Amino acid sequence: MASTPARDPFVLAEERRVEPAPAGVPPLPAVEVHDLTVAYRTQPVLWDIDLQLPEGKLIAIVGPNGAGKSTLLKAMLGLVPPVTGWVQIFGEPYARRRSWVGYVPQRESVDWDFPTSALDVVTMGVYGRVGWFRRPGRHHREAALACLDKVGMRDFAHRQISQLSGGQQQRVFLARALAQEARLYLMDEPFAGVDATTERAILTLLKDLRSHGRTVVAVHHDLQTVAEYFDHVVLLNMRLVAAGPVATTFTPENLQRTYGGRLTALTQATEALLQKRSVEGPPNPGQEPPWS
Amino acid sequence: MELSFTARNVLIGATLLGGLGGMLGSFALLRRQSLLGDALAHAALPGVCIAFLLTGSKSPLPLFTGALAAGLAGALLILATVRWSRIKEDSAIGIILSVFFGIGIVLLTYIQKLPAGNQSGLDKYLFGQAATLVVEDLQVMAVLGAIVLAVVLALFKELKLLTFDSGFAASIGLPVRRLEVLMTLLLVVVVVVGLQTVGVVLIVATLITPAAAARQWTDRLGAMVALSAGIGAAAGVVGSLASATVPRLPTGPVIVVVSSTVLILSLLFAPGRGLLWGLLRERQVASRIRRENLLKDLYRLGESGEGGDGGDGEDSWASWPDLMGVRGQSGGELERSVRRLIAAGLLERRGDSLRLTPAGLEAAGNVVRKHRLWEVYLTRRLDLAVDHVHRDAEAMEHALSDEAVDHLEEILGHPEVDPHGRAIPPRRQLRERRTA
Repeated sequence: MASTPARDPFVLAEERRVEPAPAGVPPLPAVEVHDLTVAYRTQPVLWDIDLQLPEGKLIAIVGPNGAGKSTLLKAMLGLVPPVTGWVQIFGEPYARRRSWVGYVPQRESVDWDFPTSALDVVTMGVYGRVGWFRRPGRHHREAALACLDKVGMRDFAHRQISQLSGGQQQRVFLARALAQEARLYLMDEPFAGVDATTERAILTLLKDLRSHGRTVVAVHHDLQTVAEYFDHVVLLNMRLVAAGPVATTFTPENLQRTYGGRLTALTQATEALLQKRSVEGPPNPGQEPPWS
Repeated sequence: MELSFTARNVLIGATLLGGLGGMLGSFALLRRQSLLGDALAHAALPGVCIAFLLTGSKSPLPLFTGALAAGLAGALLILATVRWSRIKEDSAIGIILSVFFGIGIVLLTYIQKLPAGNQSGLDKYLFGQAATLVVEDLQVMAVLGAIVLAVVLALFKELKLLTFDSGFAASIGLPVRRLEVLMTLLLVVVVVVGLQTVGVVLIVATLITPAAAARQWTDRLGAMVALSAGIGAAAGVVGSLASATVPRLPTGPVIVVVSSTVLILSLLFAPGRGLLWGLLRERQVASRIRRENLLKDLYRLGESGEGGDGGDGEDSWASWPDLMGVRGQSGGELERSVRRLIAAGLLERRGDSLRLTPAGLEAAGNVVRKHRLWEVYLTRRLDLAVDHVHRDAEAMEHALSDEAVDHLEEILGHPEVDPHGRAIPPRRQLRERRTA
């Protein structure tokens, strides 16, 4: 069989394109969470979450430790069963939209001493398309290489993964998600513990994805960069505190409600916010329609 | 060598078992389930006894079935304990292992007191007795082995993903729980296959030892699984041949001794991961540090010879005793460093005196740069006292990369002197002096 040239990972596969909504009909949200409650054993970690996330935006999930940020992401992926409520991805249950979703787990969730190479890990991103009993072919491997290239890791394709720095490992995980050729990317702390080069590489990648109409939902821990990196924000502390465009939602009052008395984090975020506003001028509410 | 019928049976059985154990053991090792294999083996013992009590038969099929059922029951009980109680996995494994093994020993003792019990031969399941393998045993082993091999080959990609990242596997729709049960099932099968040959107590070694040895030699899962199976099979061959030639040598324990020897050799000598390589690397680093220190010492001797202004002392020759006095290293070590540096064109020797070549001056200046910039960083940014920073800088000068130190220089605003008032040679000046 002749090998087809590797596709640009940013060009969406035919089967994942949807017709634009006809005039007058509101577009499908990328993610819709309805009345979701999740518990580990008898301990509830998420209460009555109602949420609609629009397509084509970079969206941060923000909240204090133990707020249920990762759990919310895992509930969207169907990895933790809800006690009540449901999640839909582009209007369908996750099980019917798997191939539309790319997932970047927390870097610490795997053993990086596993005997495999960076390219091999990225190739795992195409397993969902390869199907049972079959091995990934040469064009799959080339697609994986193209994804490594997008995160600046092509030269490290054949490195054993334990020989990569933390930031490089994170980029390998991102490349694997790219290889899934998804419309929606769910990322658990992609910026956690990475070097400056990787942080820039990830940011460029996220903006690239957005300019191609993709949606990114990322758990984010650094309040100081929320306003700079993301369009929308979901403030979470077991319950949903607020969700919407950064300009109108990422406010000191909402942060106060999310973080309660943890003042250090609050002060930092407020400072960062004020700095940004003084540079860009006040946010213009007319530019971006309020959204919830 | 002419092998007896029994010896041939042992050879086939031990090789089959070694290969299967090594193959599946790789996954068990990477999934951190080494102890689970041990627990399953111990849990199988009461199954063998109960099957004998129920059927009164010594033929392999009922005993295999009993062992399989009890092993599975043990595995499921461990999973259930972890899921439904607050007991953690390691404790659950310990509990199930000892409870099942205890029941097994009680039943075994009871059976041996029965009139027919003496001839039952069930005690071979404790430490294994390969010589009792009959053709029927080998047939059962071969069929089960073929099933395990087929499953691993067909699901290799899925098992790899499951082992590496089960969360991601679940997100793309792999039935993670069912695959985990399947892996445990395969583990039980291999353990049961090996009970008669190696015994309850040692069977875990045929799973884990070849896998741990194979891991030292390769960074590819496929290669590791194949190599592990190979090591296991080879240990089976060596073990069975040894027990066939040397009288009264037990096969199972010999197999374990052989694979353990391979493991120890691998841990010591495997390229990259072996302890010996670690030592070698350490020595290389130590010798590089000695050479860098020598360069730096020469630079500083030159500085003080010229009144300490910025290392203009490239024309000054340093004497051997002077250099030995700087940091009390042995003459032999110094001689080795000097020879390597001369060979690299960084140093020249005239009689008993040494001096830096232009290239050597640049290299030495670079080390000094790193040292002094780090001292500035510590005093300015971390507010450390001037007399506290030298020792730290002695270590960092060998660890900082050129890019990192350039970045550091920029952050600090290109300082010209260190906290002790000595000049920090700028990189540009160092390069110009060499080309001049």
